[in-house]
Amino acid sequence: MRKLALRDEILLTIDKPARYIGGEVNTITKPIEQIDIRFAMCFPDVYEIGMSHLGIQILYDMINSFEHTWCERVYSPWVDLDKIMREEKIPLFALESQDPIKEFDFLGITLQYEMCYTNILQVLDLAQISRYAKDRDETQPLVIGGGPCSYNPEPIADFFDIFYIGEGETMFETLLNLYHKHQSKGYVKEAFLREAACIPGIYCPSLYEVVYNEDQTISSRTKKYEEIPDTILKEVVMDVTNTYYPMKPVVPFIKVTQDRVVLEIQRGCIRGCRFCQAGQLYRPVRERDVDTLKEYATAMLTATGHEEISLSSLSSSDYTKLQELVEFLIEECNEKKINISLPSLRIDAFALNVMEKVQDVRKSSLTFAPEAGSQRMRDVINKGLSLEQILEGSRLAFEGGWNRVKLYFMLGLPGETLEDIEAIPWLGDQIARVYYETVPKEQRTGKVAITLSTSFFIPKPFTPFQWAIMNTQEEFEEKASQVRQALNQMLNKKSMKYNWHEADLSMLEGVFARGDRKLSKVIEIAYEKGCMFDSWSEHFKFNAWLEAFDEAKVDPFFYTTRKREEDEVFPWDFIDCGVTKEFLLREWNHAMSEEVSPNCKVSCQACGASRFKGGICVENKS
Amino acid sequence: MVFVGHLDLLRYFQKAFRRSLLDIRYSQGYNPHQVMSFAMPLGVGVKSNGEYMDVTMNSVTSSKDFVEALGAQMAEGVDIVSVVELDEDSKNAMTSVAGASYYVDYREGYQPDFDFEKEFTKFMEQDKILVIKKTKKSEKEMDLKEHIHDYRVTGNQAYVLVDAGSVVNIKPNQIMEAFYESLGKECGAFTFVYTRDDLFMRESEEGPFLSLLAAGKEFE
Repeated sequence: MRKLALRDEILLTIDKPARYIGGEVNTITKPIEQIDIRFAMCFPDVYEIGMSHLGIQILYDMINSFEHTWCERVYSPWVDLDKIMREEKIPLFALESQDPIKEFDFLGITLQYEMCYTNILQVLDLAQISRYAKDRDETQPLVIGGGPCSYNPEPIADFFDIFYIGEGETMFETLLNLYHKHQSKGYVKEAFLREAACIPGIYCPSLYEVVYNEDQTISSRTKKYEEIPDTILKEVVMDVTNTYYPMKPVVPFIKVTQDRVVLEIQRGCIRGCRFCQAGQLYRPVRERDVDTLKEYATAMLTATGHEEISLSSLSSSDYTKLQELVEFLIEECNEKKINISLPSLRIDAFALNVMEKVQDVRKSSLTFAPEAGSQRMRDVINKGLSLEQILEGSRLAFEGGWNRVKLYFMLGLPGETLEDIEAIPWLGDQIARVYYETVPKEQRTGKVAITLSTSFFIPKPFTPFQWAIMNTQEEFEEKASQVRQALNQMLNKKSMKYNWHEADLSMLEGVFARGDRKLSKVIEIAYEKGCMFDSWSEHFKFNAWLEAFDEAKVDPFFYTTRKREEDEVFPWDFIDCGVTKEFLLREWNHAMSEEVSPNCKVSCQACGASRFKGGICVENKS
Repeated sequence: MVFVGHLDLLRYFQKAFRRSLLDIRYSQGYNPHQVMSFAMPLGVGVKSNGEYMDVTMNSVTSSKDFVEALGAQMAEGVDIVSVVELDEDSKNAMTSVAGASYYVDYREGYQPDFDFEKEFTKFMEQDKILVIKKTKKSEKEMDLKEHIHDYRVTGNQAYVLVDAGSVVNIKPNQIMEAFYESLGKECGAFTFVYTRDDLFMRESEEGPFLSLLAAGKEFE
């Protein structure tokens, strides 16, 4: 029998012990005597969330394909086990070998959302690894971060030795080979980092220093060695068809959030929504070959036994061979009794026709993401979705038998007025009217159910809105109540339901999104006050965070509500995501003058991503 | 697998059947599911040497092929031991279960400071073993002894065969708790490791206990 790091008495006391035992179908184990590099790949949240993430699966599969290297998984122990591990000083372990990760060479941590930052410290503490990179010598693992939040890694830079900027498929092998070379000649951390920092996409924060102005904005950055780059250009894999893809993903014993096969059909997005960070970070658009995707789908369903397959991309409707792929899947899956899930589809006749085939119309609801209620505001954010399109999509859906619609909006967008806010329930009301006009009385099965949800807009780095002023919590709450009041005036108010988020969490997210190196202290203090699993509302301790800002003498509003000048040096400016700051500024000014920019398919906006020598603009020119 | 709950084990087998490509039958309707049921759920933390499930197949080749195909899909800790065919009119496993046998061992680090073999034998040799059975509504006295049909004890290991199923379902920890109480001691939640050894059916109320495996025949 495999050894387990936790005693039976612990496993039988905690919730969902199968989170911690490893041994799931398709896990990879290797003979330890043939391994030179041990890599622990961590998603700093609970198992069910971490196991649902495709990126980790890709990296797990890829790193394990390298010789001499064994990549294992580790997740944040849930609070019940966290307490026991601290009391009994049990070191955090990797799932496959159940060995303590402090004995590993690398601890990789994926950074998917800002509110996982305290969990990074949880993982380091439980692993008995020093929190600060400067305190870790050659006997401790190198801590490496990656994922969307590493595009502004500065708030957590002090905790990491390395950040990998960009897509993981390209440079990991080079990095690990370099480490292997250093291993064989006697590994000295500083010497390794110095050389690693010259690998494209690799950022070693300890080799750079930040100089601040008197007003706390950044004056300049200095580097420790002449040969390391001033700016780090993100890594992209230009041929997304011929690269790594996990054909045999690990199948969890317990139900996880994404309990299905995930087929990533493309990277990047042609739409230039001005609030959307992913839309800029993952440029240029790259499609996977449709025949390859068909093979992947069949192979992955067979290798996992999952009963559902889902397409993944930022905007599936923009995939050119979507129809061919979906028709293949419908045929393949009907036979095997497999469900198909198609998120991020634009609602049109094609989408409705497909959805009718893959789901139970009576039970499912239709999702629109207009993001803003008024057309003016949708132009400001460059959503490229008109009132007519929304109403026509709704009409088609009601004709097709749907009677539940979900609509997602943001409050606090730049330049928002009361009129824009009131347009949110107004739009819901318009959709309800379409229902009553379209569906004759005798065919109605109860009321139409329209759910309006708002989240609070958070300006993100590498978007045209990186210059935007974020609303305060009070403003957010006021706006939510304005939506509520306006809704009550609507004719079809009884057909509508309104949900909104708490503003406190959004405020913190806003701080860290555009934060700098001064924030690591705040994170550490908040963590010491018990903050952990901040994205779980039952564990979110906002007052502890406020105390932490206070004790660290850091003003959170410096990061959220301060007006940024056009020429301000941002903490993330040393990272080059392909899209230029000039382009972003141009788009910011277009937003302020309510000008729409066409998508990449219609006309190139010279965003800068064409330097990767791919994407629609490059293909169109050739 | 001791730490995987009953519902997750069901999901585990559904996925294993899909991977095996065995021709299992699906129910009709909008959300078809595999026609599959377990004989008796096993609690988290309880080991087992003998678990049973019923499945309905559209087509099969041989028992041997079946064991191999499904066996190849198992995670460490689960083995497919045998596959037999039931008559069309057989009762399903769940309603057939009348008895279950368990091995009871001391968990590492919980060894007794008394002569277990002697004391447990003495306990089992009583005419009656009265315990209070608490339900939501009432407290009822029950004679455990009536429901224990066989027992053995060797050193620090005990074996019991008890009534199981939907009418009376005796769990081995009930016996061990009553035993410890008779000694004036408290039986901790982790003192013993329980291993279900087999499940049994009875053709009549007083008939012999037959392993559930005897319900069907191997096929070629």
